Amino acid sequence: MIRASADSFTGDAMPRASAAGKLRVENLGVAFQREGATLPVLDDVNLSVRDGEFVCLLGPSGCGKSTLLNAMAGFLQPTSGQVLVDGEVVRGPDPRRIFVFQERGVFPWLTVAGNIGFGLGKLSREERAKRVQHYVQMVGLQGFEKSYPHELSGGMKQRVEVARALAVNPDVLFLDEPFGALDSITRMVMRSELLRIWEAERKTILFVTHDIDEAVQLADRVVVISARPGRIQQIVDVDLQHPRDISSPRYLKLRDGILSQIGLAHRI
Amino acid sequence: MNTLRSLEWLRPVLFLLALLVAWQLAVFLHPHQLMPGPWKTAHGIADLFPHGLIARYVVASVFRVTWGFFLAVLVAIPLGLVIGWCQRFELAVNPILQILRPISPLAWIPIAILWFGVGDMAAIFLIFIGCFLPLLLAVIDAVRAVPAVYINAGRNFGLKPVALMRRVLYPAIVPRLMTGLRITLGIAWLVVVAAEMIAVNSGLGFLIVDARNAGNRYDLVVAGMVIIGVVGLLLDYGVRSLERTSSLRWGFEEKR
Amino acid sequence: MTPASRIHPVERWLWPILATAVFLLLWHYAVLWSGTRIFPSPREVELGLSQLTHRGVLYRDIVDSLRRVAIGYLAAVGAGIPLGLLLGWYPAAEQTVNPAIQLLRPISPIAWIPVAILFFGVGDDAAIFLVFLGAFFPIVITCVDAVSNVPLIYRRAGSNFGLTAPQVLARVVFPAALPQILVGLRIALGIGWLVVVAGEMIAVNSGLGYLIIDSRNSGKRYDLVVGAMLLIGIIGLALDAVFRRLESIKPVRWGFRHES
Repeated sequence: MIRASADSFTGDAMPRASAAGKLRVENLGVAFQREGATLPVLDDVNLSVRDGEFVCLLGPSGCGKSTLLNAMAGFLQPTSGQVLVDGEVVRGPDPRRIFVFQERGVFPWLTVAGNIGFGLGKLSREERAKRVQHYVQMVGLQGFEKSYPHELSGGMKQRVEVARALAVNPDVLFLDEPFGALDSITRMVMRSELLRIWEAERKTILFVTHDIDEAVQLADRVVVISARPGRIQQIVDVDLQHPRDISSPRYLKLRDGILSQIGLAHRI
Repeated sequence: MNTLRSLEWLRPVLFLLALLVAWQLAVFLHPHQLMPGPWKTAHGIADLFPHGLIARYVVASVFRVTWGFFLAVLVAIPLGLVIGWCQRFELAVNPILQILRPISPLAWIPIAILWFGVGDMAAIFLIFIGCFLPLLLAVIDAVRAVPAVYINAGRNFGLKPVALMRRVLYPAIVPRLMTGLRITLGIAWLVVVAAEMIAVNSGLGFLIVDARNAGNRYDLVVAGMVIIGVVGLLLDYGVRSLERTSSLRWGFEEKR
Repeated sequence: MTPASRIHPVERWLWPILATAVFLLLWHYAVLWSGTRIFPSPREVELGLSQLTHRGVLYRDIVDSLRRVAIGYLAAVGAGIPLGLLLGWYPAAEQTVNPAIQLLRPISPIAWIPVAILFFGVGDDAAIFLVFLGAFFPIVITCVDAVSNVPLIYRRAGSNFGLTAPQVLARVVFPAALPQILVGLRIALGIGWLVVVAGEMIAVNSGLGYLIIDSRNSGKRYDLVVGAMLLIGIIGLALDAVFRRLESIKPVRWGFRHES
């Protein structure tokens, strides 16, 4: 297993972040009980993520990358090992770390504004309205504040979820295949939107995907995970500046490197 | 097109008329039967109106249904949320609920009379019993069917259990709850009629029994049945329109 | 779904037994403390029931109730399913008949009791008729619903393979609608069981419902009232469980994955 160290990182897009290790995963293992048998899903995962870094977890479906994300967010108790955020062991979900589900997580009984303001119960009414308005604008949903989710397209619902997450000003965002259910054009638009928001807000982002191009386009580092049980196979530094030219030789080389790492020739 | 549409509207009316004619014919062919025809039934309904009796009986029945139903709703929804949420609690009470459920609410009549005497309270208690269990089970089922994403999202924003129930679980079950409420109100209407036949001295159920026992006035019996049907239909229609507005607003009717 | 969703296998037995024990204890002491002479304690209920069993009365009442439910219910199934399938298949027919069904449906089966007695006299037939009425409308309505919920693509696929209309109904629509129909049938059986008890309280002289009303009227034997209620609950639960078994048979099971 190859671990990338912080100083091997050369990209200019790298956030000039504080101390290394905003989030650390130590010897993490997860096993499920299925009909009496023990099924190892993740085995001895070690990972360190810097503050403000954009990390993609990449792997085939069923490799346990979502399980890893759920364990990091505190929705799942690991069988062994631990997850630390700011040196503190994660014991459960916390508003400082928001998990963005595919657009399924938008509450259908609340309007766009209601959804975005969901986590802002402690603020005064005006404060909340201001915050909601700010994030409505950031994700470009002006004019839809009073709409219900069923009146929105998949991409718009996804924006609502991202805005709802950002509104509580978390340190870390977990995104679980957030654009998986969108059509390919909307997906491209959403990727650049996400990058724009990330550059404005500098959150630490962990992004699960099974799309190699998506990972190389977005991430500072790509963590390649092998299947059954899930292990970190390789960590690839993406030393490309944003906006990335997806036809540049360097981009193609990185992508092909990951492709061959997973064991796929890039010919069909 | 226009004539076709008006024809479509006519068809059910014609069918109802055909049923009435068949009924009248059957009565003509068996003149010695006590069963009244539609014509006599209509007369029976007309007979009931001038005394104001019918209005009083309808009000009495609806009054009992309202109280029993609302008490059941008030208790069943919070309790169902808690039971559905806490798996161990559900495990614990499930056998008792499952045994109580198939007991006809009418089987409680002796106990209702023992505890509350003959009167409104007994009838309200019976309706409460009849509504409470189905509603409770509907709420529990609905809570268990809430997608885990919603609950995880709520917990992620730091909601404590009580807030989670109020802000996530409760709104998430509303569409299913509406269906449950409609079915339960139907049950309440069935139960009140039955309860009034045994446990009280007013209401539409009493009207039927009384009309039969006091002089075999079967025209009034069938008239009472028709009125029961119409009021039940109106209640169902009322809840349905409520259901429609709420599901329209969210647009996520759960259709299998 | 709950935070600590890991439930130990032992807990599946522990909690129900514990709760039932607490319930029985509460009942016992509530009777003791209130000093009531009429309302029975759990022990008295047990004694009353075993007394009836020895006299063989209980067995006869149970069989009577079950027989009435079985006949009335099967008649409702036999008439309700074909009618429901037809109405679901021909929307025009459904439009025509629907208002009449909607008018008849909210009339409590119990309200039919005077009419049932008029037609059939006091006896088995009246109770069977009531069960039939109680089960018939729910069956028809779920069948109509189930058929109209069958996705159009299934029907198209069926006719694409050259099936005639009756064949599509029998080989595509019916199996596709079966899971929902079975749920409706199970609910209708529950209603039948509710109705037979109510009917027996008024319209006949045997069965569990009659046992309840008779025990009360002749000598305030509330131990038998409560005992009969418990029996009704247990038998109803057993009927429901048998039906759920049916739902888990393979060809039907595809529709039930969302449960459990």
